[in-house]
Amino acid sequence: MSKNLNKLLIPVLSVILGLVVGAIIMLVFGYNPIQGYSQLWNGIVGDVYVLGESIRQITPYILAGLAFAFAIKTGLFNIGIEGQLIVGWFAATYVGVVLDLPPGIHLIVALLAGGLAGALWGFVPGILKAKLGVNEVVVTIMMNYTALHVTNALVRAWAGKDTSERIHETASLRIPAWEEATMYSRMHAGIFVALIAVFVIWYILKYTTLGYELKAVGLNRDAAQYAGMNVERNIVIAMIISGFLAGLAGSMEGLGTFEYVATKSSLTGIGFDGIAVSILGANHPIGVIFGAVLFGALKYGSLSMPNPPAQIPEEMISIIIAIIVFFVASTYLFPWLKEKFTRKKGAN
Amino acid sequence: MSFLEIIAYIFYNALYFAAPIMLTGIGTTFSERSGVTNMGVEGGMQVGAFTAIIANLALAETFGGWTPWVAILIASITGLLFSLLLAIFSVTFRADQIIIGTAMNMLAAGGTVFLVKKMFEGRGQTPMISETIHRYNIPVLREIPVIGPIFFENVYITSILAVVVAILGWVVMFKTPFGLRLRSVGEHPLAADTMGIKVNRMRYIAVMISGVLSGIGGAIFAQTITLDYSHATISGQGFMAIAAMIFGKWNPLGTMGAAIFFGFANSLSAIGPSLPVIKDIPQVYLYILPYVLTILAVAGFIGKSQAPKALNRPYVKENK
Repeated sequence: MSKNLNKLLIPVLSVILGLVVGAIIMLVFGYNPIQGYSQLWNGIVGDVYVLGESIRQITPYILAGLAFAFAIKTGLFNIGIEGQLIVGWFAATYVGVVLDLPPGIHLIVALLAGGLAGALWGFVPGILKAKLGVNEVVVTIMMNYTALHVTNALVRAWAGKDTSERIHETASLRIPAWEEATMYSRMHAGIFVALIAVFVIWYILKYTTLGYELKAVGLNRDAAQYAGMNVERNIVIAMIISGFLAGLAGSMEGLGTFEYVATKSSLTGIGFDGIAVSILGANHPIGVIFGAVLFGALKYGSLSMPNPPAQIPEEMISIIIAIIVFFVASTYLFPWLKEKFTRKKGAN
Repeated sequence: MSFLEIIAYIFYNALYFAAPIMLTGIGTTFSERSGVTNMGVEGGMQVGAFTAIIANLALAETFGGWTPWVAILIASITGLLFSLLLAIFSVTFRADQIIIGTAMNMLAAGGTVFLVKKMFEGRGQTPMISETIHRYNIPVLREIPVIGPIFFENVYITSILAVVVAILGWVVMFKTPFGLRLRSVGEHPLAADTMGIKVNRMRYIAVMISGVLSGIGGAIFAQTITLDYSHATISGQGFMAIAAMIFGKWNPLGTMGAAIFFGFANSLSAIGPSLPVIKDIPQVYLYILPYVLTILAVAGFIGKSQAPKALNRPYVKENK
């Protein structure tokens, strides 16, 4: 009971602490935190346009966070969400441009292409971990930059320039009625894809044999092996599904937000933010939704902070998100503080 | 260009690209050998690059030609302070090292650009520095036939510095009692503890070494290559340093070799289009070469790269 309470209490405390520390930083640098936070709030829910855009930003965050949370259930650190996302973005857009399919089917095929490209990018570290015991953190980091350069080369080879054509309408996630209703924000149907993915992952983890085995492998590899589970296969499956989710996150950008793919000079950051999302959500599928809503909204809302009168650089929010992660990750911090506190009391 | 000139050009390009990666990579060999993954070196390089550029801009009038060196010194201190985040949160509070490293990178990326905007009226990019690190001809050594013009003419002194640090790092790590203690803490902390070695203190020191070197690495990168600071100044060099450390098998000299090799790949991709044979290789292969080779190395296809055994595990004294 108290363990479950802690699970909830630590993220909530961390978010509050993060916002407080953020306010102190704003004060120190001569900004007005009340103006800052109220502009932030208005930048998230102030009108239908920003609300639509906030939801748009939350969408890939849910999928990226889910990708990290799923892999970590099997004890795997998927730092490669960035790379899986980038290849997914490319593959989904490619299918969206070159194929001619009926509406609906085209979208599904494009989403699958994005997911599968991400799955392929997740398969490599998965199989290396399973068969050779190679540390997945190292491989996924390297796969990130490999993905960046490979997709840049592919975009140039395919489009002949730094930006691809736009995808066909049949493959688009955009809903004209929503766009009109939200003063032409780029909000798209991807949010449903993300929520369905959350439900499916939650179901797999909670009610299927596969989910049971994946969690068993994550909790104790040797025990799972001894119980007759195929540990190697489970590791590969976990990385494939995690990569698939990351690839879907990229498809959200390719089929919804931008409707094209362009060369990039650096990683997108969504993958790393996904790690923060998952950590805040206690690596639980439902928790991921809350993590994504908070961080996605903060990230989009921050774009309003540089406006007068607050005039606070939007990077303030990256600082706050980082601080929140520091607190949430330090599972030992709160017991440590408590111990120090009670010991002092005892001495008196 | 004559053949020798081309070779010399490729070499010094490779060396000057390699120096910051080498220094940062050597730092990570120390922290990882003690059992602490420092994914935050990307952020460390950002902090170093940022402070070096700001210090350079502020102090150029006072120190003239010495400015870049003063800036490097200051960057080494901010790099050290930044790395304390990893030490405090992962070693003392036992937070996951990879998560904390990721958070450090977020903090550095956001924090440095935040400060740039605060200092330069909302612009996300600093002005260019006027005092840069110069190239030198090393006397005497440059007279050596063939090698002289390649290694000792027109070199950044920072490249030489990086090589010296690599050799020193190797000596400290493998030939001193301190190095032996450091490695024992990363391989078997419980055994080290029973021998009276203070595990967490060693880890703090190792993390701080990597903080100092990543700060210097960032400072050198910014003052030789970009000459200003913005969000795009450091983008992936820290991760490439981690790649160099792994490809170099957690050994300072190996890391040096790997960094120079990665520098070569980069240098070739820059000059490639004007060279026969090389120009037929699509650039993308040269770009991804460091990463692909590192994957092959950890997978054991190119020698065996073995990580320290206690890597990523906080040491808890009570657990016997």
